[in-house]
Amino acid sequence: MGIASTVLIVEDDVAIRRFVRAALEEEGLQVVEAGTMSRGLIEAATRQPDLIILDLGLPDGNGINLLKDLRGWASVPVIVLSARVGETDKIQALDAGADDYLTKPFSIGELQARVRAQLRRHASRNGAVQSSLERFGAVEVDLLNRTVTRNGAPLHLTKLEYRLLSTLIAHRGKVLTHRQLLNEVWGPAYIEHTHYLRIYMTHLRQKVEDNASQPRWLLTETGIGYRLAAE
Amino acid sequence: MTDDDRRPDPDALLASLPPARGRLKLFFGAAPGVGKTYAMLAEAQEKRAAGLDVVVGWVDTHGRAETEAMLSGLEQLPRLKREHRDCELDAFDLDAALARRPAILVVDELPHSNAPGCRHPKRWQDVEELLAAGIDVYSAMNVQHLDSLNDVVSRVTGVVVSETVPDHVFDQADEVRLVDLPPDDLLQRLAAGKVYLPEVAQRAAANFFRKGNLIALRELALRRLADRVDSQIRAQRAIQDHTPVSGSNFGLLLLIDDDGNEDAIRQCARLARALEAPWHAIWLDDGRQHDAVHDQVQAALKLAAEQGAVTLVQSGRDNARLLADYVRRHNLSLLALHRQSYPTRLLRTLKRQVPELHVLLLASPDRHTDRKPLRLGWPLRGWWQTVLLCLLVTVVALPLRGLLEPANQVMLYLLVVLWSAVRYGRAPAALAAVLAVGLFDFFLVPPYLTFAVSDVQYLITFAVMLVVGLVAGQLVASQRQSADMAQQREAHTRILFELSRDLGQALLEEQVGEATARYLHSGLGARIDLWRPVGEDDHLQPQQQSLPGTDSAIVRWCFDHGEAAGQGTTTLPNSPLLYLPLKAPMRTRGVLVLSLPQPAQLSDFATRRLCEAVAALAAQTLERLHYIDVAQQTLLNMEAERMRHSLLAALSHDLRTPLTALTGNTETLARKLQRAGSPFSDDVLLLQQQGQRIARLVTNLLEMAQLQVGSMTLKKEWLPVEELVGGAIAALGGALDGHILRTDIEPDCPLIHGDPVLLERLLVNLVENAAKYSRAGSEIRIRCAGENGCIVLRVADQGVGLPPGDIGWLFHAFSRGNRESSVSGVGLGLAICRTIADAHEARLEAENLPGGGACFTLTLPLLAQPSLDFPQEN
Repeated sequence: MGIASTVLIVEDDVAIRRFVRAALEEEGLQVVEAGTMSRGLIEAATRQPDLIILDLGLPDGNGINLLKDLRGWASVPVIVLSARVGETDKIQALDAGADDYLTKPFSIGELQARVRAQLRRHASRNGAVQSSLERFGAVEVDLLNRTVTRNGAPLHLTKLEYRLLSTLIAHRGKVLTHRQLLNEVWGPAYIEHTHYLRIYMTHLRQKVEDNASQPRWLLTETGIGYRLAAE
Repeated sequence: MTDDDRRPDPDALLASLPPARGRLKLFFGAAPGVGKTYAMLAEAQEKRAAGLDVVVGWVDTHGRAETEAMLSGLEQLPRLKREHRDCELDAFDLDAALARRPAILVVDELPHSNAPGCRHPKRWQDVEELLAAGIDVYSAMNVQHLDSLNDVVSRVTGVVVSETVPDHVFDQADEVRLVDLPPDDLLQRLAAGKVYLPEVAQRAAANFFRKGNLIALRELALRRLADRVDSQIRAQRAIQDHTPVSGSNFGLLLLIDDDGNEDAIRQCARLARALEAPWHAIWLDDGRQHDAVHDQVQAALKLAAEQGAVTLVQSGRDNARLLADYVRRHNLSLLALHRQSYPTRLLRTLKRQVPELHVLLLASPDRHTDRKPLRLGWPLRGWWQTVLLCLLVTVVALPLRGLLEPANQVMLYLLVVLWSAVRYGRAPAALAAVLAVGLFDFFLVPPYLTFAVSDVQYLITFAVMLVVGLVAGQLVASQRQSADMAQQREAHTRILFELSRDLGQALLEEQVGEATARYLHSGLGARIDLWRPVGEDDHLQPQQQSLPGTDSAIVRWCFDHGEAAGQGTTTLPNSPLLYLPLKAPMRTRGVLVLSLPQPAQLSDFATRRLCEAVAALAAQTLERLHYIDVAQQTLLNMEAERMRHSLLAALSHDLRTPLTALTGNTETLARKLQRAGSPFSDDVLLLQQQGQRIARLVTNLLEMAQLQVGSMTLKKEWLPVEELVGGAIAALGGALDGHILRTDIEPDCPLIHGDPVLLERLLVNLVENAAKYSRAGSEIRIRCAGENGCIVLRVADQGVGLPPGDIGWLFHAFSRGNRESSVSGVGLGLAICRTIADAHEARLEAENLPGGGACFTLTLPLLAQPSLDFPQEN
């Protein structure tokens, strides 16, 4: 990262903005702040940030609306902050195009890790060389020849298992909701059948992970969806 | 939420079903004295010896010693005494039997007629109620008491039996045991005085107990029982072959004669049973019959209905077309007739309209009927006024004898005939015609004052006058009767129409009662009262002032059984009021009690039908109002739920935002001080830890509030246990670093059906608890397996274990094992676990392990697993 990346914080609470800015500057990032939704949109358009941290409860509207507007013209990664109980608003934000979420209160270390992961993901996606080989742990996936090996030995996956895995790889580091995964892998008619997804994910973990009940790579976002760990 | 949540719970459905129907065992004999009562009591004794609760409800031993001996040791219900016309009658106490609820009740003499004042006129109706209440009944009857064989038996034996039992009781009995004795043996028993006391026995031997009679009766009984066995076998075979019992569309229609011949009805019922076909009985009301005929036909229709027929009164002018329509609509193929005069014209037209219809002429047995002659109920006034008018015309015409042509004088008489027809009906018109001819001839036709006629042409005048008088009278009278009937029907239709319009607008239950009362009062002069169930136990209360003479016990019975009672029904017909249940599609909504100025009116077909229609309308309206209430209540609940939810969301937001700022900024400060090597960095670190503690506490409190406030809505999904455990371990993160965690999940453990977020929270709390109360480096084990139709999840530690004694309070909010413990937390964790477990209908238990440490066990119900019903690996 030669030039410092720019991060836009859209958050109405000054005290939170203050420590988030400090945490990001500690990472060597340039920080732009906005206190309202309209201000946030203007900043996002003019500063062209590399990442946006977006609070959902803004004084002039719901952050999800900003996200929907933004996704019309930008693919910049967005991390959402939520202070609500329940998972509904997080799922809504992820379905609307957010890449990750944090529930308040969160620790600085957690925030920095998420920001790093999203920036790296974005950089590699925009980078010229897109490798057809994807690695995590002892597993190597050849996306060109559609083969999977573990510790060098070929690993047999069924068609659906492979499709599930390749979907997660395509969005590695991003949280994918149940809806998004079911739609991608099974098709729009199966959006409500979350138990298909859960059963297949268990199968996949048993083949790919060292310990299926303490997964290292195929992570569960409880009540929301799954993610393939970035590192 | 999946479909399974909306499906009703089968156990709850089963519990709401009424108790299973009791079984009826019939002891069936050919004649009195064959030993039915003895056999019945012998079996009762056997059952009692086998430990069953057997009670004798009614047995008459007729002084037979052997039978009386059989009674010893059996509990007997006391008999009810009923006063009737100065003599005391014994009666079977139905209510005592229902209250006693034995496993088996012995009630002898099934065809017996009850004493007046009992709930049902017949004992078999008592037995029906006992069976409906789930009590097994033993009872006995003879072949001559079978309704459909009643006429045959009386023809064979010459003795008329008045007490009968409808055939369906016999057919639907669960078991029929034939008690058989050859005629010679029976006669021997009779002679030996074992059947009747000697003086009665002698009379009986001369009449009923002739050998020929006994052989015929025995044959009848055996044949009837063989029929029953035969149809059972056929039904059984049909069930095994999975084909319907009666595949053909065969149906029988009986055209009931004006004299309502009961023989014909019984013959038809037998025929229909033999053909296993449905049968209908119809009466064509051409508007020319008077009331006495109506009564007879009503009685005949009632008998037909008891014998299983669909009954109907059709009225209209074109009989053949009515019949043809009915036959077509109900797919009937056989028309049975029983007419004194062969209805040639009707049959010819019918043959043309429905060529595929078979016609059966029932034979009329040459039998002495003791039917009452028709009583003509014409008002006397009509007769003498007719006579008076004829005389008056004669007096007026006499002075004009020379002035007017006799042809014109005849016209005056015709006027009188027509008047009588219009005013008083058919018969007075005929009288007027005959009188007019007589008076005209005697006074006005020369030679006067004699019936002799000088000019022959007057004979034509007489004949024409007589014919005109009779025909006009007949025409006018039948016209008037049709008009009356049409008017009555029109009035009834109008009542129903207006009532349904009013009830459609009703918004309160009181309005239903008020509108029903108003229309029934204006239409029939009836006074009514609505009884409505109130409260949880459906206590019945009248809506208005109770009608005088209302019996709340009958109201209760009517409500519980969903059947009409009182005047004009088979249940307590002596009551002056009619009790109609308000039956709506979902349940009985109340009871309509009716009182008419003349109670007999309630037996009338049209009135009764009107009342039933009104009751049905009221019931539907009450049900509609009930569901409006339910919908409004649901809307209110939803609104309250929404408000609670948004309140919690706001609270959560307002608490978490400053907490985030607090912990975030302290953490930043701590890092800065640490980097600068400041001595204050430890103090700030402490501050940060306390901030995090408050944050955890707030999260727990908010969660508890969310779980306890209002009804929790679970988002149930199918979860693999591995994912649940994995999610919980991931959520705990660093909190478990000091412990060794071992997971042991059965390889093919079934899926859990539950809310993923809440169940993870439960597991997180249990594991966190285990980590909190055991030292670092010790082992925490999570095990899961399917056991005895449940999924059992255990979290065990090697810590200090649970405090001794009762541990139920562990799961209460704000309680902790050791009050003064140094371990942080306010004891909400386990309370949250318990609440979540309860919402999943799961059990959460805690125990100390023998090797030390505590074990928490969550037992979840194991449900039918979902299927993966998509094209595999497409």
